[in-house]
Amino acid sequence: MLGLLASILDGVLIGAVYGLAAMGITLIWGVMDVVNLTHGAMIVAGMFAAYVLVGAAGVPVYATLPIVLAGGFLVGVGLYWLSVHRVIGQPPLMSLLSTFAVNLVLVGLGTAVWGTDLFNVPASLPGFSLGRYTFPGTHLMAALLTGVIALALYFFLYRTRLGKAVRAVSNNREAAELVGIPTARVLALAFGLGVALASVAGMLIATMFPFTVLSGDAYQLKSFVVTVLGGLGNPTGALVAGIALGLVEGLTTPFVPVSWTLVIEFILFVVVLITVPGGLLTLFRRRRPA
Amino acid sequence: MNALLEVENLSKQFGGLRAVQALSFEVREGTILGLIGPNGAGKTTVFNLLNGVFAPDEGQVRFRGADITGLAPFRVARHGLARTNQIVQPFANMTVLENCVVGACFGRENLPLARAREAAREAVTLVGLEDRLDALASQLTIAGKKRLELARALAARPTLLLLDEVLAGLNPVEIERMIGIIRTIRDSGISILMIEHLMQAIMSLSDRIVVLNSGAKLAEGLPAEVAADPMVIGAYLGDPGFVDKLRES
Amino acid sequence: MILRRPFFWIIAAIVAAFAIAPAIGDNIELRESLVLAAVYITLASNINMILGYAGYVNFGSIVFFGLGGYFSVWLMSAHAWPLAAALVAGGVAVSALALVFGLGILRLRGVYFALSTIGVNEGVMAFVANFGPWGGSTGIYLSPALFQPLGGPAKALWVIYYLLVGIMGLSLVLSYAVKRSKFGLGLLAIGQNEDAAALLGVPTPRYKAIVYSLSAFLPAIAGGLYFFKSAYIQPPDAFDLQLSTETIVVAMLGGQGTVAGPALGAFLYEELRGWLLTSPTFSHFQLVVAGVLLLAIVLFAPGGLMGLLYRLWPRLRSFLE
Repeated sequence: MLGLLASILDGVLIGAVYGLAAMGITLIWGVMDVVNLTHGAMIVAGMFAAYVLVGAAGVPVYATLPIVLAGGFLVGVGLYWLSVHRVIGQPPLMSLLSTFAVNLVLVGLGTAVWGTDLFNVPASLPGFSLGRYTFPGTHLMAALLTGVIALALYFFLYRTRLGKAVRAVSNNREAAELVGIPTARVLALAFGLGVALASVAGMLIATMFPFTVLSGDAYQLKSFVVTVLGGLGNPTGALVAGIALGLVEGLTTPFVPVSWTLVIEFILFVVVLITVPGGLLTLFRRRRPA
Repeated sequence: MNALLEVENLSKQFGGLRAVQALSFEVREGTILGLIGPNGAGKTTVFNLLNGVFAPDEGQVRFRGADITGLAPFRVARHGLARTNQIVQPFANMTVLENCVVGACFGRENLPLARAREAAREAVTLVGLEDRLDALASQLTIAGKKRLELARALAARPTLLLLDEVLAGLNPVEIERMIGIIRTIRDSGISILMIEHLMQAIMSLSDRIVVLNSGAKLAEGLPAEVAADPMVIGAYLGDPGFVDKLRES
Repeated sequence: MILRRPFFWIIAAIVAAFAIAPAIGDNIELRESLVLAAVYITLASNINMILGYAGYVNFGSIVFFGLGGYFSVWLMSAHAWPLAAALVAGGVAVSALALVFGLGILRLRGVYFALSTIGVNEGVMAFVANFGPWGGSTGIYLSPALFQPLGGPAKALWVIYYLLVGIMGLSLVLSYAVKRSKFGLGLLAIGQNEDAAALLGVPTPRYKAIVYSLSAFLPAIAGGLYFFKSAYIQPPDAFDLQLSTETIVVAMLGGQGTVAGPALGAFLYEELRGWLLTSPTFSHFQLVVAGVLLLAIVLFAPGGLMGLLYRLWPRLRSFLE
């Protein structure tokens, strides 16, 4: 019983980080109706940024977080102008393909430099013991930092002028433009934020698990699952759904072989997409008038 | 004259908004019925309910005796009920002819391609776009796109045509021309149900008029009766020019 | 009817060129390069029916290729079916499965549909990797004895090649026949504006499900041939998302929605890829090149090569579809 509880709790900790990554996808979708397919590559970029900063520059592990955050933001803004700006307002096919193209380039460059070997970021923190079970300190720290970043994002979106501009653009781009909000720059900002979240999530994942250049695909798919469960465009939903997914993983690990969890997740993903495309949270607020 | 389309007790609610409430009316064969009302009265919603874009919460729609309530849009089209959209929806990267072939192919008669091409040509000629047959729909002017919208619906050789503000956005010369086209269509035996804001036009075109306000029927009758109805004038008080417009017509 | 159209003869000429070129002087190196080109053309022509005609992005189209491979290889190795029967059965089974998937996920539109196709591919791959009868993650290995009925390995490779070229030709003919048909017109209308198409009477749910299933048939057979040729099949090779997305690149490069475009794109892309792989500088940069190419097309030439050709010589439209 205690083992199951420990497994669930650890799942929740990891799930929070999935949620953080998914917030990046959902934020971009909510603001500009673009599914960012560079997401996986940017998660991996966060992993390798942490790896290089720790290994080559000797930066303490958790001190890489602000650097990765800032770097991810700048890269994101750059990617927006390079690959997204021209296809805003066009059929979804175009932005899917343009961000996908950038993803190919990034993964290609990554494999050229690092190959497909397994890497890890040496991080050790004292764990937290519960009877016979010990939660790795890195998992606790990752969940804690996720909470801090999520709160900071909430504060930014709801308490600052710029954040309000982002929300205004996401509600109604034309109206926002009419009241003088420079929408293109706000879109670039939102894209930068989304990418920054992805890369920080990557950095945190790197402190917990080993990774390769190709790890992005799996985490990107997990992010999609989480995003869809939480409702595309809903950051809070993404965080909640991330934790829920982690919980499900923690719950099933003791009973189902690990290789089946992926199958279960994708079935869940497709079924939710078809039955409640607005995300699971909509089930709880059916009453509210549309 | 037989009733072609019978609408009975139709209701639809969106969240807290009652878009259409217990609406009943009928369109008789070979006539034009005008559907008017202030902005937001629910006119386009009525079309969407007839077409199957939305399923009604209550009520029944019978078309030539068959119950078509809540059928999917493409099934409604097969029954011979065609429609134009208020905001034109051309297949932008297809030619004018191809746009209309789609209408002819999948409409009431479900024609094979070769014969659909003939029907499409006829429809294009009827609306006067025959010199733009091979132009891409995206290259047409607004007036051209409006006429294409009409031609595409006509190509299906429908029994009943729903026109949603086909005159909006046209200049006076174009309006004159479009009114002529609508008369020709009616004279060819196709019944019409139309939404229109241009009072003068709809009063002169329609055989009967239904006035909608806040989703419910406010009045029904011959154009002259409706124009004289104090309730109707009252409903339009928010639109100060309306009474004058009625007098003009 | 279709025989009288000049474009049909262009397809016939392409197929003939594929058939004859490597046979001259028994050029095995050329044949191996053309095998890949034929596979790319088959995949691109079929995805084009759903991507280019109906406007639905299928990121996971490779699932058809992989499942077809698995069905055929499994029937041959575990049940000793002859090649032809195993291929046809694979094609039929995968098409039927696609119809079932399609009826579910085609209720989704735009990005939701695109995301679900990734889910289908990854879900199926994860399932197969756990599926005992198909060897789980180790896959299925074919005994060399299976090549004997075709006259030994060397001759079998030629037979497989000609069958693949045949499948490629059928893909082009199918793609062309669909485009010229009423069904194709309905698909094109859906691709342009699905709501307007439905209002005009296009039976959108049925058409989408049919095209999804139809676009599975020939790729599944190609998958059967391809993995029979390799003599083994494993989940990561069968459901390679990268190949799936390259297929989209190829279709876009040539010009989605045209019949000749995907074939042209596939051929050029395969040649380019072959050249990149042999060049010492670029061998690591295949993905980078594909990405840059795709980005440039999406941003600056969404019509692809065919779009450019049409713009240069508008008269091409009248006979090059």
